[in-house]
Amino acid sequence: MAHKILDKIQLPSDRFEMRLSGSGGQGMIFASVVLSKAIGMNSNKSVVQSQSYGPEARGGASKADVVVSDNEIYYPKAMKLDLLLAMTQEALDKYYPDLKENGMLIVDSSLVHNVPDVEHYAFEFTHMARNQIGHIMVANVIALGAIAALTGLVTKEKLTEIVLQHAPRGTEEKNRNAVELGYNEALKAKK
Amino acid sequence: MAKENRQLLQGNAACVQGALYAGMRFFAGYPITPSTEIAEGSARELPKLGGKFIQMEDELGSIAAIIGASVSGAKAMTGTSGPGYSLMLENIGYAFMTEVPVVVVNVQRGGPSTGLPTKVSQSDTMQARWGTHGDYSSITVAPSTVGDTLTETIRAFNLAERFRTPVTILLDEVIAHSREIIRIPEPGEYEVIDRVKPTCPPEEYLPYEITENYVTPMPAYGEGYRYHITGLTHDQHGFPTNKPSEIIVKLDKLKKKIENYKDEITKIRVEMMDDAEIAIISYGSVSRAALQATMLAREAGVKVGCIQLYTIWPFPEKELLELCGKCQKVIVGELNMGQIVHEVERILPRDISINTIQRYDGEILTPVQILEKLEEVL
Repeated sequence: MAHKILDKIQLPSDRFEMRLSGSGGQGMIFASVVLSKAIGMNSNKSVVQSQSYGPEARGGASKADVVVSDNEIYYPKAMKLDLLLAMTQEALDKYYPDLKENGMLIVDSSLVHNVPDVEHYAFEFTHMARNQIGHIMVANVIALGAIAALTGLVTKEKLTEIVLQHAPRGTEEKNRNAVELGYNEALKAKK
Repeated sequence: MAKENRQLLQGNAACVQGALYAGMRFFAGYPITPSTEIAEGSARELPKLGGKFIQMEDELGSIAAIIGASVSGAKAMTGTSGPGYSLMLENIGYAFMTEVPVVVVNVQRGGPSTGLPTKVSQSDTMQARWGTHGDYSSITVAPSTVGDTLTETIRAFNLAERFRTPVTILLDEVIAHSREIIRIPEPGEYEVIDRVKPTCPPEEYLPYEITENYVTPMPAYGEGYRYHITGLTHDQHGFPTNKPSEIIVKLDKLKKKIENYKDEITKIRVEMMDDAEIAIISYGSVSRAALQATMLAREAGVKVGCIQLYTIWPFPEKELLELCGKCQKVIVGELNMGQIVHEVERILPRDISINTIQRYDGEILTPVQILEKLEEVL
C-alpha cells in the first residue's frame, strides 16, 4: 500500500539524537547528564535526557539518550539516532538498528569486537582508562571527550568544567586528563 | 542583567521547584515509584525555607497531614502514583467537602493495582475526575514537559488557593523521569495567589458562607476564628445538616465555585488549527508525540492541527467545540484504553468523525504511530 503521508515524511532535521549505551555501572547515565549540561547550560539549545529506568537499568544493556535542538523539542525520546556510543557488544547489538544510515557510531574496541561493516570510530576507552589514566572508572569521561571532539557540540573547556563539577573530590586530575585524552585521540581520528 | 538560572532537572524535581515558588511549606508523603523524587526533593529543600517535610506511615496519613497543614495556613502538597492516589481518595473527598486547598501530584504508572511501577500510563484520567465518591467539581492539570511541570505546579497551587479545593497534577513517568534544561523563574515573574482570609471579626465569621463567587474566606487555625469542620454535609456555619434546602446550597457551592469560573481554569495549547481539517487532541507526554506528528504531517501538506489540554478537569468543552467545530475528523491520543475520548464524544457534534489512538503497553505513543493513525483516518 502506498503511504500518502508516511512516504513523504522526513525525520525532523533540527534534532541531533545521541545514545550512550553500555552495561550498568559503566557510567552511561552520569555521562549523559554531564553531556546534557555541558551542551545546554550556557546556550540556547534545548536538551532532553532520558535513561533506562528500574529493572531495565540493572544489568544487561543500559542506555541514556540525549536529544539536542536549536528549537523546541517536541518528542522527548530518540526517534532515529544520529550518534550511538556503544561501550559493550551487547549494547551495540541491541541499539545499532536504531542508528540512522550514515549516523555516527563510536565503539569501545576494548570490549566490542563485532562491528557491522560501516564507517565508524573505534577507541579503546576502557584500556585507555586503565593504562593511561590509571582508573577504569573514567572510560565514560574519555568517551565524552571523544564525543565533544567528533561532534563539536561542546568545547573541551566547557565539558571539563561540567565533568569537574560532578567528579568526586580527589578525582579531578584523572577526570581532567580523561577529557583531554578522549578529545585528542578523537581529533586525530576525525574524518 | 542578572544571569539566567538554568538547570538540568527531572520533571519530578521541576514539580518541587514549582511548588516552592508557589509557596509550599509543607509536604507529607510516602515514597512510590515513579514519584519518589518529589518527596526526596521536598525533604531536601523544605527545611532550608523553614518548611516541614514528613514521611508518613502511608498515603492515608499523607493526605490527612496535608489537609491539616493547609487548615493551619500552610500551602501543602503530597506526591504519589496510582496505588497511593487510590488510597488517598477518601480524604481527597474530605478536602472537597471541607473546601481545603491542597495539591496532590499523581505521577501515573500502569495499573490497575500495583501494575507497572516503572512504566508510563495515563490511566488515572477519570479517577482524577470522579475518584472519590459523591458529586463535586474538580480541577486537574496535566503538564507535558519539565518546564511545564514547574509552571503547572505553580498554577495548581494558585487554583487550589483561589478556589479552596484540592487540585490534582497528573504527571506521567516519561515527564517525571526525563531531564530537560529549564530556566528557573525569578521571584515575581509568575503570579502567586494566596487564599483570601476573613476580615470580619471572628464572632461574625461564617466558615462556609455563600459569597458572590461561592468561595469563602479561610482563616488559619489559631488566628482566632473558631469554626467546625466536618465531612458531613454542612450548613454555612459548618455544622451537619439534613435539610434539603441547605444540602442543595452546599453542593451547588462546590460545583458553581468551579464551573462558573472555567475561563480562569482552562488552559490549552493550540497549534496549526486555523485551517485544520483534522485535529489531534491529547494531554501529558502524548502531546509531545502529537505535536511532533503534527509538524511532520504539515510539512507533508496534511491539514492537521494539534490541541493540547493542560487543564483536563473541568473539561474544556467550550474551547474544544469552537476549535473542532470546523474539522471533519478528530483523533484522540491517550495512554489508556479510552478515557478522555468519551468527553470528546460527549461534546462534539455527531457529524465529526472521532478516532482514537491508544497505547497501554507501558510505552509512550510515538510520532510515527500517530502519523500511521492519521494516514488511516485521512
